[in-house]
Amino acid sequence: MGHQDVKFYQTGTFTVGNRLLPPEQRSVQSEIERTNSLNCGHRACQGCGEALGARYAIDAAMRATNNQLVAVNATGCLEVFSTPYPETSWQIPWIHSLFGNAAAVATGVAAAAKVRARKAGQQLPEVRVIAQGGDGGTTDIGFGCLSGMFERNDDVLYICYDNQAYMNTGVQRSSATPPAARTATTMPVGEHPGNDWGQGKNVPLIAMAHGIPYVATASVSDLRDLEYKVKKAMSMRGARYIHIFVPCPLGWGSASHDTIKLARLAKETGLFPVFEAEYGEVTNVSKIRQKQPVEAYLRLQRRFAHLFGKKPQVELIARFQAMADQNIHKFGLLGNDKAVVGFPDSEHK
Amino acid sequence: MNKPFAITLNVGSSLANKTGTWRTFRPTYIKRLPPCNNACPAGEDTQGWLYHAESGDYETAWRHLTQANPMPAVMGRVCYHPCEGACNRGQLDSAVGINSVERFLGDEAIKQGWKFEAPSKETGKRILVVGAGPSGLSAAYQLRRMGHQVVIFEAGPLAGGMMRFGIPKYRLPREVLDSEVQRIIDMGVEMRLNTKVEDLLKTMKDEKFDAAFLAVGAHIAKRTAIPAAESAKILDAVAVLRSMEGEDKPMLGRRVVVYGGGNTAIDVARTAKRLGAEEAIIVYRRTRDKMPAHDFEVEEALQEGVMMRWLSTIKHVGEGAIQVEKMELDENGKPVPTGEFDTLEADSVVLALGQDVDLGLLNGVPDLTFQDGVVQVGDNMMTGYAGIFAGGDMVPSDRTVTVGIGHGKLAARHIDAWLNGTTYVKPAKPELANFEKLNTWYYTDADKTVRPMLDIIRRQSTFDEVQGGLNEDNALFEARRCLSCGNCFECDNCYGVCPDNAVIKLGPGKGFEFNYDYCKGCGVCVEECPCGAIKMESEQT
Repeated sequence: MGHQDVKFYQTGTFTVGNRLLPPEQRSVQSEIERTNSLNCGHRACQGCGEALGARYAIDAAMRATNNQLVAVNATGCLEVFSTPYPETSWQIPWIHSLFGNAAAVATGVAAAAKVRARKAGQQLPEVRVIAQGGDGGTTDIGFGCLSGMFERNDDVLYICYDNQAYMNTGVQRSSATPPAARTATTMPVGEHPGNDWGQGKNVPLIAMAHGIPYVATASVSDLRDLEYKVKKAMSMRGARYIHIFVPCPLGWGSASHDTIKLARLAKETGLFPVFEAEYGEVTNVSKIRQKQPVEAYLRLQRRFAHLFGKKPQVELIARFQAMADQNIHKFGLLGNDKAVVGFPDSEHK
Repeated sequence: MNKPFAITLNVGSSLANKTGTWRTFRPTYIKRLPPCNNACPAGEDTQGWLYHAESGDYETAWRHLTQANPMPAVMGRVCYHPCEGACNRGQLDSAVGINSVERFLGDEAIKQGWKFEAPSKETGKRILVVGAGPSGLSAAYQLRRMGHQVVIFEAGPLAGGMMRFGIPKYRLPREVLDSEVQRIIDMGVEMRLNTKVEDLLKTMKDEKFDAAFLAVGAHIAKRTAIPAAESAKILDAVAVLRSMEGEDKPMLGRRVVVYGGGNTAIDVARTAKRLGAEEAIIVYRRTRDKMPAHDFEVEEALQEGVMMRWLSTIKHVGEGAIQVEKMELDENGKPVPTGEFDTLEADSVVLALGQDVDLGLLNGVPDLTFQDGVVQVGDNMMTGYAGIFAGGDMVPSDRTVTVGIGHGKLAARHIDAWLNGTTYVKPAKPELANFEKLNTWYYTDADKTVRPMLDIIRRQSTFDEVQGGLNEDNALFEARRCLSCGNCFECDNCYGVCPDNAVIKLGPGKGFEFNYDYCKGCGVCVEECPCGAIKMESEQT
């Protein structure tokens, strides 16, 4: 991946920090002075992956922009647990409007920043804009606004924290929910228990198809990679998109202490490919380090419990494995394999 | 009420919301016992000194190490390193080369001339140490550190005991031994060579010693009755190895047979090879896997051309030849004779059948108990006679240098307590940091650095040291392979992975604290701690 692995040290750069690393090579999260953009006292559940992912990403963006940052939030868990009136956990300028319009509001904030910059005689605005939301507000409800922001190439980084369902309202299915998963609206009953197969959408690939400057996926299990991608995104202008995988102990029925472990397994099984793309073309993938069978990931979650009852659903588990294997092939997740997906754009060659 | 439309409350921070009240389980930082420390017979804080070596602070590492063991350059060569056998990294790729880093630190100390600090106070107590082997030297060092006056009586012409008269030069160069002994003497320990204690109680009374630590070792070779021709040449291993230190090297002939299966037998055979013997054959009554010798030593001997004759006993020693009987193992693994005989050519036979202790100095001391030729001591290393302590090969234990160093340290603590009229109580062992407590995902793959070996020709003909040492680069690499089992090494993982920002980072060397006002008890920090230094416990109601 793009960040440097320091192999010499006992833990390399896999851990958050390392006392043996020179300070400039340490992560933002290892610093005593990190922003803590999302501060203590927020009301997220125990072991919330989204709260963690948001602090990782926004702290890194604050560092990258020298604290000149505004965040626009879609409705969702992140908004609800961080700002019950009149309290806020945010230690940055932050605005919330509606469920589906975060991308559009961010476009407006970016336009306003541009106008202010011009009036002050500057070429480019110093203040940068991030829009953020969950998978519901991104892949379903806010999708129209998001696609518009992409095609206009507005100067906004949109971050989607993907926990694979509408968790805030009681775990309803979204277009990011994986097949067979139990949610409040896809109960494990009938001939095809859980969420349907062959539905949903892959928003990172759709974002790439817009030909925007930067698209990346990241995971709370790989902090270094996540920080590297946010920093890189903030060094660019135009529409950028980062899709962060954030396990949800409540909605997935997993132990609160397994949040990072699950994110790690999603990547190591190949179910969640971690990569980055510029102008529609994959430029880098995070290789699988210790390949795991999908079962290791699925078993830890009660939303997939019906696959493992007295009579394990061997066929369905095999179908998950096929999904993972397809990702491994498509994105070249093993060895020296190259990604075979993408939307090459000759103009930016 | 100067508030905007529809706003009735002032903006507040979520810090008002003490989410710590949700918690049913509480994480706490703990120190678990690393398996290497647990396995060390000398009681070294291995993980502790490796921690300093990892940052390249070799002097602090050496000072930390020498709190338990004053002779790291020696031990880095001769210790059988049970620490490495216990090392958790062994289950990941290969054990950390603890022994080679120890040797590097020991050699570095000699190179840089690091000295032990003199004791800060003098207690005025006088203690007699009998025997300048590993155990006696270790006790003398520890007692001197505590401020006692120490006099070592050594019967031999030089200090070192079995380190000098038992371990061959190719494993332990004498200049290394000499400098580590000298460093102990430089602390103000008095060494009287060629001084054999004949009557212990009289010596103690004459010179007003308040206590004594005995560590005379086991130097008398065990014999066995083998029918032999008058002209047959039969020697014992202790005498052969001892004479290697003198002017006249032993005359062993072209074909040497060594009888026995321990490390001493291997040492003699390898020594014979270096003295020019064309054939050095070890005759042992059982099989290789049953040999008490360490396998790597057997392997090194085989590489050097030493031959092994398994499942054989010597029946008769003649002139220029011996008769051996083949053995076989019964169902209990015991060797039984088969009645088949063989003849081997041999100019000399060296018996390496174990050693006994010369207990002469204890004549006239009342209340002692002996069993199997050694002195019995209590948990406090004291014999039946108050004020007389003993350790090393003369008490029941494994006979290794490391055990001896450990005995010396332990005895010193008990002697000090006894002199003060108190009892030394060993601190309780914390729970073991076993492999299951680790999250090994976070450790980089890094294979062990192998120490260089002397080429085979020079190993067969010279007494040059066989195993080389690490240089600074690879010693640092090796130290950094340590997983720091059970002890925080400040990787910042807990600080980073807390979704509630409820871990407080205190700064370099100070570690972390939990902010229980906001910690919800999710347990992510415990799960993601690489080294198992956080524990989750149920909240008390």
